[in-house]
Amino acid sequence: MKSLRDTWLVFQRHLLLMARSPLQIFLGVAQPVVYLALFAPLLKPALASMGAGTMADAYRIYVPGMLVALALGGGLYVGFGLLAELGSGVIERARVTPVSRVALLLGRSLRDVVVLAVQAAVIIVLAIPLGLLVRVPDLLLAYLLLALISLTSSAVSYGLALKVGNPDVLGQLVNNLAQPLMLLSGTLLPLALAPLWLRRVSDWNPFSWAVTGMRELFAGHPGDPAVWRSLALMAAVALAALLWSARRFARTVR
Amino acid sequence: MIETSGLRKSYRTGRRGRTTTVDAVAGLDLHVAEGEIFGLLGPNGAGKTTTLRMLATLLPPDGGAATVAGADLFASPAEVRRSIGYVAQGGGTWDEVTAREELVLQARMHGLGKAEAQARAAAAVDSFDLAEYADRPCRGYSGGQRRRLDLALGVVHRPAVLFLDEPTSGLDPAARARLWAEVRRLRDAGTTVFLTTHYLDEADALCDRIAIVDGGTLVAEGTPAELKRSIAGEVVTVGVAEPHLAPKAAEVLTTQECVRGAEVRPDGTLRLSVDTGESAMPQVMRALAGAGIATATIALHRPTLDDVFLARTGRSLEES
Ligand SMILES: Nc1ncnc2c1ncn2[C@@H]1O[C@H](COP(=O)(O)OP(=O)(O)OP(=O)(O)O)[C@@H](O)[C@H]1O
Ligand SMILES: [Mg+2]
Repeated sequence: MKSLRDTWLVFQRHLLLMARSPLQIFLGVAQPVVYLALFAPLLKPALASMGAGTMADAYRIYVPGMLVALALGGGLYVGFGLLAELGSGVIERARVTPVSRVALLLGRSLRDVVVLAVQAAVIIVLAIPLGLLVRVPDLLLAYLLLALISLTSSAVSYGLALKVGNPDVLGQLVNNLAQPLMLLSGTLLPLALAPLWLRRVSDWNPFSWAVTGMRELFAGHPGDPAVWRSLALMAAVALAALLWSARRFARTVR
Repeated sequence: MIETSGLRKSYRTGRRGRTTTVDAVAGLDLHVAEGEIFGLLGPNGAGKTTTLRMLATLLPPDGGAATVAGADLFASPAEVRRSIGYVAQGGGTWDEVTAREELVLQARMHGLGKAEAQARAAAAVDSFDLAEYADRPCRGYSGGQRRRLDLALGVVHRPAVLFLDEPTSGLDPAARARLWAEVRRLRDAGTTVFLTTHYLDEADALCDRIAIVDGGTLVAEGTPAELKRSIAGEVVTVGVAEPHLAPKAAEVLTTQECVRGAEVRPDGTLRLSVDTGESAMPQVMRALAGAGIATATIALHRPTLDDVFLARTGRSLEES
């Protein structure tokens, strides 16, 4: 009970901080718009191999992948904010209070989920006139999947930030993690183009499963086994990431 | 209120396979009574911040024992946290939010309900005189305004024990005096204040009792007055109206009980070693008057805490 209340407290504060930074909000919304605008002309030829005959087909394949990329890529960078907070002393101020240590992590991660949800809404709304079609129940499942991905990436990022404690090292680490994970999940470039061995490797990438599940949802096939598999897999991965990061919080932020 | 015995902490720093160990705090015994301002005085690197952070549950000690407000630091740090407030050497606030919002959050993190937290924040705004800028974002605060907010954040939940790390470093004299007044007010309201400082005058004027530390060990502990007295008593200098009478005056004064020693200095004044200057001075004047010697000047020179540090370590605090 106490951790829930404390999580809400930390969440509120971080939402407020976000709301007070108009530039951050603008950039957060601009990023998906840019993705959508820049990649659009390339979509049809690039996705033809995945059966995209029309522009609308192309968006139905591209948008789910891009949402996963946003959840994964965006979340991995949140650790920098935590390093700044560690330097400024606000974390230490929280540490001398009896506030729940798990709440310090969860409150932040949930804020990251909300940010992602808004970004995803912008993309989906913009993509509908372009031919994207999704039913509301499918969309809700898609949001659940996105939330799990976002929780995973932000928890990992916070945990890594606490572990390395240095923004330069964290930057290298996150780049080296994000690039292969993105490539090997077929978020932006379809894996159908990849050689067989690369596809075998990507089978071990949970985010690749998430992309497949997401695409089935946007194709209107919520009953496809890829959907429940991706949800179950990401739920397990998110839980593991949160546990690992919560332990780092509990230890570093004792 | 705070008891430590043999409290220890070393840092290991590894450089290319060679590790060096710094004994930041090497077995410290401290006793802090309820409702006093206790100061930890020492030069840079003496281990003040390390001690404070250990007592505030921010840093796990390597050994020893300690209780804070009746709770065991080692066995139940969570219980310690319920009774303490802490203000770091550098403070810590978010730039985008206001002092009031910070105060409410801090009170809520200490477990208070929303309405209660808002009331406490409003009270803190009043009593720390933050009203003028409490609803502006923290980004624009001056050093003194920020430090006052830091202090308010440390006590918004009315802790029994308040830890302050270098509360006045970087403040101008006016802001400093103001902060001292606020710390005294907290003490008068029953709060036990544990602070660190490397200012002699701060330790002397603000603290009820001090511990002088150097290299992680205790050099001396007591009230500022006791510590200074422990050094070598005090010195009274006397100028007699007719300098040729100085040797006679010295002879008269050595027979006085309160005077431990008297010498005539080259400039013709007398230097007297006494235990307590205040009571010795009238006796000296009476004795001289009785012998028919007129006094022109009389002055009291007290040893400073720096003299204490010098006597115990062979170094001066002001130089180190
Ligand atoms: N994280 C750390 N890693 C390694 N050594 C440390 C660390 N923190 C402190 N030290 C060392 O421990 C000793 C005591 O440091 P501490 O910060 O407690 O001193 P201090 O009395 O607060 O000094 P100051 O007046 O400069 O604030 C110093 O020699 C310092 O270099
Ligand atoms: Mg210090």
